[in-house]
Amino acid sequence: MALKSQPRVRVPAQAKAGEIIEIKTLISHEMESGQRKDAAGKTVPRDIINNFQAAFNGKPFFTAEWFTSISANPYQSFFFKAKESGEFTFTWKDDGGAEQKATAKLTVA
Amino acid sequence: MPPRLDATLVPTRGLPTRGLSAHGLPTRRGALKLAGLAAFAAVLAPRMALATEAQVADEMKKLFAGKTMGAGKIKLDMPEIAENGLVVPINIDVDSPMTEADFVKSVHVFADGNPLPQVVTYHFTPESGKASASTRMRLAQTQNVIAVAEMSSGQLYSAKVQVKVTIGGCGG
Amino acid sequence: MISRRDFLSAGTALAGLLAASGTGLAQAVGAQALSQADLLKFGNAGTFTILHITDIHAQLVPLYFREPSTNLGVGDARGVPPHLTDAAFLKYFGLKAGTRDAYSLTSEDFTQLARTYGRMGGVDRIATLVKAIRAERGADKVLLLDGGDGLQGSWSSLKTQGEDMVKVFSALGTDAMVGHWEFTYGADRVTEIKEKAPFAFLAQNVRSAEWQEPVFEAAKTFEKGGAKVAVIGQAFPRTPISNPRWMIPDWEFGIREEDMQKQVDAARAGGADAVVVLSHNGFDVDRKMASRVNGIDVILTAHTHDAMPRVVEVGKTLLVATGSHGKFVSRLDLDVKDRKVTGYRFQLIPVFSDVIAPDPEMTKLVTDIRAPYAKDLSRELGRADSLLYRRGNFNGTFDDMICDAIMKERDAEIALSPGFRWGGTLLPGDPITFDAVANATAITYPACYRNTMTGRQLKEVLEDVADNIFNPDPYFQGGGDMVRVGGVGYAIDVSKGPGQRISDLTFLKTGKPLEADKAYTVAGWASVAQNVEGPPVWELVERYVTDTKSVKIAPNASVKVTGA
Repeated sequence: MALKSQPRVRVPAQAKAGEIIEIKTLISHEMESGQRKDAAGKTVPRDIINNFQAAFNGKPFFTAEWFTSISANPYQSFFFKAKESGEFTFTWKDDGGAEQKATAKLTVA
Repeated sequence: MPPRLDATLVPTRGLPTRGLSAHGLPTRRGALKLAGLAAFAAVLAPRMALATEAQVADEMKKLFAGKTMGAGKIKLDMPEIAENGLVVPINIDVDSPMTEADFVKSVHVFADGNPLPQVVTYHFTPESGKASASTRMRLAQTQNVIAVAEMSSGQLYSAKVQVKVTIGGCGG
Repeated sequence: MISRRDFLSAGTALAGLLAASGTGLAQAVGAQALSQADLLKFGNAGTFTILHITDIHAQLVPLYFREPSTNLGVGDARGVPPHLTDAAFLKYFGLKAGTRDAYSLTSEDFTQLARTYGRMGGVDRIATLVKAIRAERGADKVLLLDGGDGLQGSWSSLKTQGEDMVKVFSALGTDAMVGHWEFTYGADRVTEIKEKAPFAFLAQNVRSAEWQEPVFEAAKTFEKGGAKVAVIGQAFPRTPISNPRWMIPDWEFGIREEDMQKQVDAARAGGADAVVVLSHNGFDVDRKMASRVNGIDVILTAHTHDAMPRVVEVGKTLLVATGSHGKFVSRLDLDVKDRKVTGYRFQLIPVFSDVIAPDPEMTKLVTDIRAPYAKDLSRELGRADSLLYRRGNFNGTFDDMICDAIMKERDAEIALSPGFRWGGTLLPGDPITFDAVANATAITYPACYRNTMTGRQLKEVLEDVADNIFNPDPYFQGGGDMVRVGGVGYAIDVSKGPGQRISDLTFLKTGKPLEADKAYTVAGWASVAQNVEGPPVWELVERYVTDTKSVKIAPNASVKVTGA
């Protein structure tokens, strides 16, 4: 299963070897907390993205476990120390097990 | 797949939650806001069970059983006053060389005034280069946010900030 | 280093003048004795000159503006400037009662002194001062900076979305400005001003909500008198809380102290000889910031409308407080040597409209700006039968009038009116024109709602607002004075903590305690919520004044204050 909403990612395309770069990510999701009641008074079931992972050339280097306090359309920024050229893979997973991925290339001069 | 996943991209701040609490539960505050009294509608306690300092302490005990907590090293940066309780920026920064021998393994964030004590847990590696991360969180009311960094040595460091949630108005 | 002598020589033009003459006979200097030349006397000029104007609130023409008689400081700010009023203020600054200084800086004997010394401000008078100082110093040595809240506060500014004041600031040759009320024209309009105006619109503390990126230019460096002067802008950090966030939904504010430090460091690294922060934080926030951010030479303060005849020093940082409504222009001359500020001289120049000749070009611009609205502005609705003023932590008689108008015209038991600090003063006998009403109400979210609230909810509202004013940590304050309440009295202990300050809520109509669970009809204006329904408040005030004809407001004794 895939999460249909398109994530957005900001990664520098190039970096110097040893440079620490900032990566910013954003994905649309209501992050339904399980605390809210609908118009009929029924509790809306919890449904959040609970895991975000960033990997470089297949190797995970940063993971965030999100709980219900994380805002809708979760934003995450973090850092990476560039050593070699390669590709980032970013993965979001929700409560239902659905997944969304995004990739970005990095060239190290 | 739940239909919610088909949601089109909406602005980060902008879910149609006006009149709802930070956790989507209608509150009296929300009702006042919808009624147009927001300039002077107080922050009224949402009618939901909220985490307390004791619950946060319990959760931390489970994770860090009996280990001592150092001060310093970790910086938790949040606005003193939330501009929007639904979307409050939070930035964590831990001082560490981030080498194989000495790095920050994880950072746990807790809040004592939201329905659940946990907010986010980060796992870093030496490849991170810098143990720093930013996200945005909900705040149901004025409360403390606590962050605990766990170093590769097992050493723990914590930081705490209070963030005020106010309805504001009147500024001039 | 700043010498003691420099410090002593700083003062208002008048205090300086008297010190120079050695007479100390402030009383003797009447309207006739003071000249424009006296106001421009300065002594030794420095490497360059900063002229600071702020919180003019779009007041194009001279007006009366009574300073507060109640301006309480809490925490570290308790009992220290600017939280001194009247006799305590005069004593602290070595000024005498009954003088021009007392008139311009305090509230005692206001009516009588106002009749003696006349209106203050007027952008044509300010233009005269600015031109004279530029002529004396050379334009290449003068920096003119506006501290924000210039583009809002009058009918013409509301109607033109601040374009009237953009024209005025352009004509004055303003180098840079910052913002607060400007943001209530909405993000698109502010962006347009930023892009089109000939001056810089600076703000280091505004970020895009989505990617946390800077929205405005944070700083600009000017070459003045051979020195490189970095000016860093700081917008009002609480704008999205104090004013409608929905008008600027994609922007986040905040104090962002660490980012300020980075800007200061970057300015120094970029070769700045002097670092000036053009701030709209408010004085107490600036005082705290000055104690925590290193390397700022000057903070030009604003927002809290304080006027002080001397600079306040916090470590090596000088804090300037220029007042509001065009009543003052601050002149600060800095000596720069070996890439450091080595001395200063300061003068808070009072803009006495009957002493300073209006600049004809600016007078013409003002006339042109006001012409399309002349009929509305001059419309006389009634008369003030007592002094109508706004400033004060808890009440102002102008706000009492607004509350009375709201209760009557919206048939409400209780009225709430925001604790704005801006709006002119009317003397007993003055006509209440639509111009004067607009000067206290011209905002972009004027709808007067009508609803019900329980006694408990009202208490919670008051507690919430009180913490925004009396939290002992200025970084947790939200700005503004206390919400004005019509129909209800209360007691407040400003020394207590959140939720503990307000007590003894009394429903004034019956004299009985406000009932926690009873619903009362409440009307008010300036809600920060979107889609609020109700007539604009100035319509209600106009109707009320027209019906009342002669407005007499009795002294307000409905708020009992302790813990000050």
